Amino acid sequence: MTNNWITTRAWLLMLPLLVVMIAVIGWPLIDTIRLSFTDAKLVGTQGSFVGLDNYVKVLSGSNFQRSLLTTFWFAVLSVSAEMVIGVLAALLLNQRFYGRSVLRALMILPWALPTVVNATLWRLIYNPEYGALNALLVQIGMLDSYRSWLGEPGTALASLILADCWKNFPLVALIALAALQAVPRDITAASMVDGAGVWSRFRFVTLPYLAGPLMVALVLRTIEAFKVFDIIWVMTRGGPANSTRTLSILVYQEAFSFQRAGSGASLALIVTLLVTVLAVAYAALIRKTAGAS
Amino acid sequence: MERQSLTLTIFVHIAALVLAIVILAPVAWLFVMSISSTPDLLAKPLHWWPDTVDLSRYGVLLSSVANSAGEAFVASLFNSLKVAGMATIAALAIAVPAAWAVSRTPAVGWSLYAVIATYMLPPVALAVPLYMALAWWGLLNNVFGLALVYLTILAPFTTWLLKSGFDSIPREIESAAVMDGARLDQILRLITLPLAAPVMATAALFAFLLAWDEFFYALLFTSDQRAKTLTVAIADLAGGRVSDYGLIATAGVLAALPPLLIGLFMQRALISGLTSGGVKG
Repeated sequence: MTNNWITTRAWLLMLPLLVVMIAVIGWPLIDTIRLSFTDAKLVGTQGSFVGLDNYVKVLSGSNFQRSLLTTFWFAVLSVSAEMVIGVLAALLLNQRFYGRSVLRALMILPWALPTVVNATLWRLIYNPEYGALNALLVQIGMLDSYRSWLGEPGTALASLILADCWKNFPLVALIALAALQAVPRDITAASMVDGAGVWSRFRFVTLPYLAGPLMVALVLRTIEAFKVFDIIWVMTRGGPANSTRTLSILVYQEAFSFQRAGSGASLALIVTLLVTVLAVAYAALIRKTAGAS
Repeated sequence: MERQSLTLTIFVHIAALVLAIVILAPVAWLFVMSISSTPDLLAKPLHWWPDTVDLSRYGVLLSSVANSAGEAFVASLFNSLKVAGMATIAALAIAVPAAWAVSRTPAVGWSLYAVIATYMLPPVALAVPLYMALAWWGLLNNVFGLALVYLTILAPFTTWLLKSGFDSIPREIESAAVMDGARLDQILRLITLPLAAPVMATAALFAFLLAWDEFFYALLFTSDQRAKTLTVAIADLAGGRVSDYGLIATAGVLAALPPLLIGLFMQRALISGLTSGGVKG
């Protein structure tokens, strides 16, 4: 068989995938770009060309800036908490204790719980009148009276972050655990014989094995956190007083609640651009990490 | 390894207990809420375990009496099964040949990166044109339309997972069959696909879980019992005027049951997929 025929055959085998991808991703993306330069409505008018108007309006508006900041805090705080707790949990699960295999198996539960069910569960836990969190904190004396965790701008975002963190840190833990199990035991033993302390053993023996997989987890989790929609929509719909309105919620409101397809599209593309910049920066970082170790 | 010191052993066991409680308590509470009577759930101080176990809500949600909460719930359960099932089958059908081609033909590898890159796209970047197109084709509020849209998520993901699976099957086996004069379809059908069965099963599970979990597109593109999926039905319950928190919790338990069972029983396959091919978002 010639190389030419093999390549042609490969393209033929890929054809169904490529056709579908162009139909459901490529074309909509291009159409979003076109719409972002028009004042189209979601239903009815096709809209006319308005140049960069949508972008100027969006970027200079306070809504966008505030949502960007909210998204930034949500992503930074939830992802860093998930990474730290996840690695600590993995280090624990790598120790020897009774019931280890059962606990390892349980770690899959929060990950497998559907996001919407998780959001609903925590919404019930945070309920201002009958929620379990209020009941627990009052019963053990850590809180004087019931609070509206999701109803006050001061605590809503933090409450969302806790719920997101509970669902996602086990994933980081499972990835880190798999990496830890790849650390050769004789290296750890040798470093102990050489008198390395706990910290330097972690820093110089264990961490190099963790760095690669953790970077990948960090990238994927950050991108996911930047796109966050489901958990916020179910728990607060962006409220109270727009204190949890992340970028995806803002796009949803603009394009679908207010039916302004044109400016919604421009907003969506700005979000896309931000995620892309983030991904490219991370990719460079991963290559650097891989080169260093 | 040398023996652990007693202090460390005690510390490790306490930490493990705390971790177990952190993981289990919220899930357990969801279940307890689902079997508690309404007075128990509204009591102050709160009853952490119901006086009498009340399973009636499971009956309510799984009954198909017309115009009941159960009818809407059962309909959304079937919609979720249909959409996730169709989307999974379609995703595998287009991803298997593509992933094999990329795995065996490095020259076309760059196209895989283009497909994977789309996985990063926020759904909001596609939502408006997809909405308009579905409206145009009459596929809004339709399980086929939603399954088609789910390919935007499932197809790149399964292709990525399958490609790394095919990579681990030695080419030499296929080359040997070529020497013996086997045709491509025979090689795939008789050699490669049976060897790839475990990774295909893993990919199918992931795809099904992703579709079962999906909320954003389902919220936008479905509006009533004809196509509404479980995630939207539960969000409706949680955000609506329903004051029976136990009923909301019961719906959550039922929706979580299939993925939780898949998670617990297919642990090994899922974790190898998580750590090698990719990570579910």
